[in-house]
Amino acid sequence: MRWRKCEEAIFKVLMVLSLGLVLACLAGIVIVVVARGAAALNWQLLTQTPKGGYYLGKEGGIANAIVGSFWLALGATLLSLLLSLPLAFALQREYTKQRTAGVTRMVLDVLWGTPSIVFGAFGFVLMQYLRMRASLLGGILTLTLVMLPIMTRAMDEVIRMVPLELKEISYAAGATTIETTLAVVFRQALPGIITAVMLAFGRGIGDAASILFTAGYTDYLPRSLLDPVASLPLAIFFQISTPIREVQQRAYAAALVLLIIVLVVSLGSRLLSRRFSRHILR
Amino acid sequence: MAPRPAVQAIGERHRNWRRIQDRLAAGWMRLAVASVNSIALLVGLGLLFKSWPILAQNSLVHLLVSSDWHPMKGSFGFYAFIIGTLEVTAIAMLLAVPVCILSAIYLSEYAPSHIRELVGPVIDLLAGIPSVVYGLWGVIVVVPAVRALGKALGVATTGYSLLSGGIILAIMVFPIIISVSAEVLHAVPWEARETALALGATRWETVKHVVLRSGLRGILAAIVLGFARASGETMAVLMVVGNVAKVPSSLFAPAYPLPALIANNYGEMMSIPLYDSALLLAALVLLLVIAALNLAARLTLRQIERGYEQ
Repeated sequence: MRWRKCEEAIFKVLMVLSLGLVLACLAGIVIVVVARGAAALNWQLLTQTPKGGYYLGKEGGIANAIVGSFWLALGATLLSLLLSLPLAFALQREYTKQRTAGVTRMVLDVLWGTPSIVFGAFGFVLMQYLRMRASLLGGILTLTLVMLPIMTRAMDEVIRMVPLELKEISYAAGATTIETTLAVVFRQALPGIITAVMLAFGRGIGDAASILFTAGYTDYLPRSLLDPVASLPLAIFFQISTPIREVQQRAYAAALVLLIIVLVVSLGSRLLSRRFSRHILR
Repeated sequence: MAPRPAVQAIGERHRNWRRIQDRLAAGWMRLAVASVNSIALLVGLGLLFKSWPILAQNSLVHLLVSSDWHPMKGSFGFYAFIIGTLEVTAIAMLLAVPVCILSAIYLSEYAPSHIRELVGPVIDLLAGIPSVVYGLWGVIVVVPAVRALGKALGVATTGYSLLSGGIILAIMVFPIIISVSAEVLHAVPWEARETALALGATRWETVKHVVLRSGLRGILAAIVLGFARASGETMAVLMVVGNVAKVPSSLFAPAYPLPALIANNYGEMMSIPLYDSALLLAALVLLLVIAALNLAARLTLRQIERGYEQ
């Protein structure tokens, strides 16, 4: 009996240690990035684009990357939303046979798991075919491939949870399928849909491998969809690999900015979805 | 009294409009379903199309097992890169799996609900950190630590090594393995636990003999998902793994996984014949292997979910 209790105690300690290790890793990452980033961050860095000799440690900032990342993620979020929302609605049994819906869900899961470098490579092939150069548009298209499955699957999970009785009441009152979908299902699922959009935005803005060849990199702010565009993840990646200390410092600052954006989006989605859940019938 | 013809006509038009609206919406949704499925197909076909030239000249098996990598001379053997990918992923799994399973058991079986509610979002946060940030952290923390460890053990190393890549990847797969396996364990019916407890088993014995046994397939699926995620991870690994195109000789030697190869060589590939074809073949191989792993894991998880519903 004593050994049985002992075994339990040992494993319990191991479990707590494991979970502690996981949490410590997270804390370690956040603390190191915040500490290094905060030391390097200043106003000039946030508001200026690179000036002459920037990559040797002279004047300038990462505004090009901040603005670029913002446009890339925003464009891809809008484009994904345009496809995701109808797609998530379409997976309901009113529109698609459950067999087809099951296959589509599986395809989305597989796309979700596909490494973004593969999408990057595919995007590059596609752009070659269309004779496009690395540009904001190319980056947005590729990033959409990364974000679409995340957004759709997250929406689908909440849309599936809408109770059938609620829809049946709407049908019994004479509403058409689309009227029911927009007035009942959309309303009910709205908090989850907002969470899904912000989740996808957060993943998209941090993704580097997909835009490595498709968005390019530039010291200037983008003027049109066909201009190449800088981005925060690539700013980090390029600047950390130089031997010059001042430039490395900027990589830390860029990482802090990116981390803050991701954390704010993640926390914000929680708050927003709580706010919008007031209209839900339970 | 029957409605006047004009009112009737308006009603008719209104009803028609609603019907048309409904049809239009349905059409748009069918289009969305069709397009996402064809996008998936298109990604595969596009890569296959572009990697065809190199497959026409060399057999796939030869490309995969040859370690002769000299793009300038036209020889493209992926062996070193495949081994690099497998080794770095294997190290990550060795480090991550015990930690993840113990954490998942704790979260599912032992943790009070307020801890579970606190840890869940934190783990989501860990999943949301961009991979370049992991990479940056690796460069700042892990690489010097591995260099110091190498020094202590008397191995000359820069720190940019197989081990550094493995450590970073292990941390990156924590969230997916923990959340999927905690969910699987939590879904094991409570009656099963109660039976074991009623027979006099301790809680740990219940976990060991009942919960883990019925959750085993789900945990395997979680591990496969983690493996798939790790083997396709690009930026974080690229930043710490050293990138030398040789089969790594030790834990402290640099490696060169496939995704890093693709990411590093895109700029220059256009000038060398067949180079782009070779890199896109690498992307295709990654896509197919990872898709197969994900598919197997997801199908298993879905089957388990259905099993409990019945």
